[in-house]
Amino acid sequence: MSRSTALNAGLGPAATEDSVAAGPLRRPQWRGPKLRKKTELTILLAPGLILFVGFVLIPIGIAAYYSLFNWSGYGPLNDYIGFKNYSYAFKDPAFIQSIEHTLYLTVASVAIQGPLAIAIALLLNRKFFGRTFLRTVVFAPYVLPPAVTGVMWSLILQPGGFADQVFKAFGLGGLVQLWLANVHVVLFTVFAVLTWQYLGFGIVVLLAGLQGIPTELKQAAAIDGASPWQVTRRITLPLLAPTMRIWGFITVIGSLQVFDVIWILTQGGPAGSSSTISTYMVLEGVDSTDFGFAAAIAVILFAFCFVFALIYQRYALRRDTRGALTRAVG
Amino acid sequence: MAAFTQATAPDFLSRYGRRRWTVIPATYLVAIVGCGLTIVPLLFVVVDGFRTNGDINNSPAGWPHPWVAGNYTSILTSAPFWQFLGNSVLISAVATTLTLVLGSMAALALSQYEFKGREFFYTVFVSGFLFPIGVGALPLYLLLQRLGLLDNQFGVAIPEAAFALPITMIILRPFLRAIPGELRDAAMVDGASRFRFFVQILIPLAKPALITVGLLAFVTSWNQYLLPLLVLQTSSHFTLPLGTYTFQTQYSQNDAGIMAFTALAMVPALGAFVFAQRYLVAGASGAVKG
Repeated sequence: MSRSTALNAGLGPAATEDSVAAGPLRRPQWRGPKLRKKTELTILLAPGLILFVGFVLIPIGIAAYYSLFNWSGYGPLNDYIGFKNYSYAFKDPAFIQSIEHTLYLTVASVAIQGPLAIAIALLLNRKFFGRTFLRTVVFAPYVLPPAVTGVMWSLILQPGGFADQVFKAFGLGGLVQLWLANVHVVLFTVFAVLTWQYLGFGIVVLLAGLQGIPTELKQAAAIDGASPWQVTRRITLPLLAPTMRIWGFITVIGSLQVFDVIWILTQGGPAGSSSTISTYMVLEGVDSTDFGFAAAIAVILFAFCFVFALIYQRYALRRDTRGALTRAVG
Repeated sequence: MAAFTQATAPDFLSRYGRRRWTVIPATYLVAIVGCGLTIVPLLFVVVDGFRTNGDINNSPAGWPHPWVAGNYTSILTSAPFWQFLGNSVLISAVATTLTLVLGSMAALALSQYEFKGREFFYTVFVSGFLFPIGVGALPLYLLLQRLGLLDNQFGVAIPEAAFALPITMIILRPFLRAIPGELRDAAMVDGASRFRFFVQILIPLAKPALITVGLLAFVTSWNQYLLPLLVLQTSSHFTLPLGTYTFQTQYSQNDAGIMAFTALAMVPALGAFVFAQRYLVAGASGAVKG
């Protein structure tokens, strides 16, 4: 054995002549017939892919197809009406209203829950007595089934119920409303309940993001004379931005599709004053057994999500999709 | 602010200096208000479950007078609550297992192999993130009918697993890719097969991400309402959220009973959460270090 090969052997895996020739940057690969790699890939990938395509993509494709028919969900699918379901939907003021409500809730979720969650996460991101307990408490509503939350709040908010009594106890009896029955108030009530349920999620995700920021950076800035506010503004928040963007994405997609809590609180009522695209779909499509129409609404809802995702991907996420996704939730 | 700017640098290093006296009270204020807003509604439901309906009507915000356990005991000694709970456990367990097994297999394929179309398959999976279960719910209903899975717990669990795959891939694939290639090289040089490398090295290393993914799948499945609502018809097949709402509509005059039922319906989710919170937060906070 010559001196140089001995040296190579000492350096590790790249010991044989041909792998040295292949260059130091190329990783060694498991050898084996191509067929074997293909088999392995198929075994690993196929089950998940079949499940996903069969139960997610195909049903949605079918929905798009059904949306072109006048169909009650039973009997033959033979009354082809083109895009009439769509044009009917966009002519229905109740549907337009449900789109408006959905957009209000979405914008409010980002504009109000976002800053609130950031502020609370910043405050909680320090050591203090009871921090773990608090974190647990704040996150708790998120793990409750929305349906159960809905039942709980409908009990609390019933006329003369607990909420009203609390307002009176604080001398705010004048503010008491028919929380779920006043057409001018109900959307705000619904938003408050949604905030109760989902704020904790934002806080925990952002806290996780905050903990990923190295303390050395903040210390270095502090040594250089930065005030706590400057440290927050110039270091913490910019480094938190990827997490915020991911939180924003999840929140918007979730808000566009919101259903459970509202369905149980109000079924979109009274008189459609708290309807969203999802509640409209279930009320006008499923419950009235107009499945073709319901499918059209479902496709429209998907279009909203899709357009948002494209725009968001293009302008906000492009820079950091992979890193941010892993940092935010993984 | 400006007053303590200069003192900040050394204080920052000792971690708590004068900052403590300005920021900590604000922290506690927010903490107490946040705790109150979260806990009071929950407590209200639990406590009201110990009241009688007459008592609730007399003073909606009062303490129980007298305390009665009858609402809770009558629910806990009747079959429906336990049936709902059992169904929820079964459905969530099946959905989570399917998600974890199939999701990690697919993530291995999309992270550990070089092949044409890899990014395409990844995009296909991730695109599912945009599909609300509501969009596919109706055709899903017809598909399940054809498969004979209607009014069947598996008819809920299998689609739930399918809808959990996108977020699973979004979390798992980057995580697996971030595991240093040197480990792979070392395993290979030591003569490990690819399969052995996956099972003995990659999967254990990916445990934090797998726990996060598993918890997400479990919580999502446990909380799902629309799909069980459409698929399940016999009340003995209902999940806990579905059962709670059904109970509310069935006994709409029995406020105390609904309170007790709602409180009991929260127990499994909250209990499991307190138990798993450590993993959830650990998983969420940069598991890559793992």
